[in-house]
Amino acid sequence: MKLIIVALISGILFGIGLTLSQMTNPYKVLNFLDIAGNWDPSLIFVMLGALAVTMISFRFILKRSYPLFDKQFYIVAKNEIDKPLVMGSAIFGIGWGIAGYCPGPVIAGLGLGNSESVVMILAIYFGFVIHRYLFASK
Amino acid sequence: MENFTPVSAFSGGILIGLAATLLLLFNGRIAGISGMMSGLMGAQRSEFFWRLAFLAGIVIGAFIFSIIKPEFYLPRANYPVWLLVVGGILVGFGTRMGNGCTSGHAVCGIARLSLRSIVATVTFMATGFITVFIVRHLLG
Repeated sequence: MKLIIVALISGILFGIGLTLSQMTNPYKVLNFLDIAGNWDPSLIFVMLGALAVTMISFRFILKRSYPLFDKQFYIVAKNEIDKPLVMGSAIFGIGWGIAGYCPGPVIAGLGLGNSESVVMILAIYFGFVIHRYLFASK
Repeated sequence: MENFTPVSAFSGGILIGLAATLLLLFNGRIAGISGMMSGLMGAQRSEFFWRLAFLAGIVIGAFIFSIIKPEFYLPRANYPVWLLVVGGILVGFGTRMGNGCTSGHAVCGIARLSLRSIVATVTFMATGFITVFIVRHLLG
């Protein structure tokens, strides 16, 4: 129960952050990706704001041997750069550039009454299912 | 650059960073949205509900903020649905294959100085730039 309450509060902050930074506006994202056009560098500032916090906080948190409400940290330990990482990220970037949404703003859009979010969620889950069928590991 | 909004962007980023901090400090989990979404498919019960709660929180947070400041959200009209479908499928497939999206790799992974996340972020930014260039300037 404690885990669920923290996740809910954390999600609410995340949702406010996405909406305040206007990452929920696909044109804002596409204008960031459009260097050759009317470039809007705002998205970089969202990343910088987030990293200004996490670069410091994560360093201290990960010095602990376990989190406050659980027995271990759940972090991918993998370190090598492999083909799926690069190809998958490349494919994600293409989809991001076509639709103007990454997953967070799609979810936030549900709270804004954005009908595009419904289409995006169905399509994203379809993409998950395709991946699962092609690479039936997990 | 007349639409550049560095202050609200940076402030929103700080909130996103705080959210990721809380989730790691208390729950020991990475705030990766694509992972939470895909994790809802057939996950163990213990991992199901916190993910659902975080995603529900995003919806609630966006809703609350849009009531206080409705001018921050500008809906897009008449965007071709087939582009959303194609884009969405690529986002879903690509984030599974690459093990993360903007939140997991660009915010949480880079904070840990994970080489995988740095490579992932540079890669999806690069293909995002190229895609928009093709769509807007070569085809559009």
